[in-house]
Amino acid sequence: MTSALMKTVFAALAKRALQALIVAVVVGIVSFAMMQALPGDAAYRIAAGRYGYDMMDAAAADAVRLELGLDQPAILQLWIWLKALAQFDLGTSLVYGTPVIDEISTQLGYSLLLAGGAIVASLLIALPVGIAAGLNPNGIVDRVTFGLSVLFRAIPAFALGIVLVLIFAVQLGLFPVAGFHGPENLVLPSLTLGLGLAAVSNRVLRDSVVDAMRADWRLFSRTKGLSARLTLTRHVLRNAALPVVAYIGVQLAYLIEGVVIVETVFAWPGIGHALVHAIFGRDIAMVQGTALTLGLLYVALNLCVDLACRGIDPRGRLA
Amino acid sequence: MTDQTPHLTHSEARSAKPRFGFAQLTGFALLAVLAIGALGGPSLIGQDPAKQSLLSTFESPSRSHLLGTDNLGRDMAARLLSGAQLSLSLALLSVITAGLPGTLLGVIAAWRGGWTDRLIGAFSDAVLALPGLLLVLMLAAISPGSWWALYAGISLTLWVEYFRYTRQRARVVLSEPAVEASRLLGLSPWVLLRRHLIPEIGPGLLTLAAFGAATAVTSVAALGFVSVGLRPPTAEWGVMMTELLPYWREAPFLILQPVLCLIVTVLALHLSVGGARRP
Repeated sequence: MTSALMKTVFAALAKRALQALIVAVVVGIVSFAMMQALPGDAAYRIAAGRYGYDMMDAAAADAVRLELGLDQPAILQLWIWLKALAQFDLGTSLVYGTPVIDEISTQLGYSLLLAGGAIVASLLIALPVGIAAGLNPNGIVDRVTFGLSVLFRAIPAFALGIVLVLIFAVQLGLFPVAGFHGPENLVLPSLTLGLGLAAVSNRVLRDSVVDAMRADWRLFSRTKGLSARLTLTRHVLRNAALPVVAYIGVQLAYLIEGVVIVETVFAWPGIGHALVHAIFGRDIAMVQGTALTLGLLYVALNLCVDLACRGIDPRGRLA
Repeated sequence: MTDQTPHLTHSEARSAKPRFGFAQLTGFALLAVLAIGALGGPSLIGQDPAKQSLLSTFESPSRSHLLGTDNLGRDMAARLLSGAQLSLSLALLSVITAGLPGTLLGVIAAWRGGWTDRLIGAFSDAVLALPGLLLVLMLAAISPGSWWALYAGISLTLWVEYFRYTRQRARVVLSEPAVEASRLLGLSPWVLLRRHLIPEIGPGLLTLAAFGAATAVTSVAALGFVSVGLRPPTAEWGVMMTELLPYWREAPFLILQPVLCLIVTVLALHLSVGGARRP
């Protein structure tokens, strides 16, 4: 039993490790292309970043050129670039002058907080709505939530963010507009992302509740004398939970994309905000570091969903 | 024999005249209005979207400025129409450039199998390893403010969906006994595709195209909004939101205009395929 469980865990780990490797290579190559596309001489720019604009000269630039192999053909440079990445050398921010890894380690916490808040908000909305709609299919709750789901799905996260800010922060003054000063700042960004996530996941839950309520095993558990409430909590909801948890895996792409954009709307001090700033400021070391972290976060969250699905559903475990 | 009956009724039901629900008709109507607006562009109302007039900023809607003017006195209606032109043409182009090769590669992968299948599959996995918008963001950053970078990035992330869907459906269809029989009759691959595959995957591809167009419109606006995509003074919905956000107190109506345009466009695209989930 335990060895079977280990096997499935290892299979999931191996799949996601490969994905993490692909993420690193893709981010590395695109960042390198960004470096090459920059106008001007890269050696001068890096020398200026290292020694300061006043302290550098042509000799320093030549030394940098020789040291980093910038005189080599592009394909060799790409190899050197990826080798540095493989050694977790993310370099130094060209704008702040601090190691990229330090910047990211403070921002990652904020982004994780926002992502967690968004998932919690989406579940708080989707669970009651989806179960209520699923228990009475084609009822009034089902129809209304279907319409609302279609509507909220069509609203892009940042547009919803603007609308929520205008209503709740500006007109009603209930929550702060932007920044991070306390837990009350978490409400609007989480709600923005959570509504978008819940717009789809409540329908997934509704469908799986409908399926579970029609299943033979549900009828059997009622026939054997289990009360309606116990059937619901012990059998129906556990079976209905699997598609929803699996669907969180599908929604992770939306979540990570949303984090990037919504952090910018709310001036949230996280990685997505840093990535957008870095692109705007042509800070390639920061672009690479933040994009890599977001990509790896995506892989890690996917791994968590994989493992959670296998935890809920014993059928997926290899014999 | 019994297991073939549902298949027969299924295909018969599809060959009958399609019936559209209320939601779908609403979607078509909205799309038609948007298409007219995008085809005509700012010339529909005879205003220049870039013409500033600093003496008439934040004007209320009037006969000369149907939706008022923005912070630089530019005509809002003309700017919104110009934005519709930009977003919808980019969406249409990227759906075509993503859909055709995506579908073709899907058919080829399902047909050939083996190494061809594995090679294209590995490439699609590499594209899917990152969330789509993140990839578009980074590709757009290679040459910031460029329409072409945006277009290439969006197409590159969109083709995977067509590929995966077509490959999966084509594998099923091509292994059906009916296809085997047609092949044994000596019909050409083109006939097989036209008679067996296209009727089967067509509706799904249309749904993918509508959702893909919605994704493209949203991506353009999102990137414009965070100042990474197209740049001012381009009249693009996301860029307009960033420009008008500081003036929400003076003119909350102005910032809501591009927001509503974007929402209506995405909603129209979703509704036109029934508002269903992706296939």
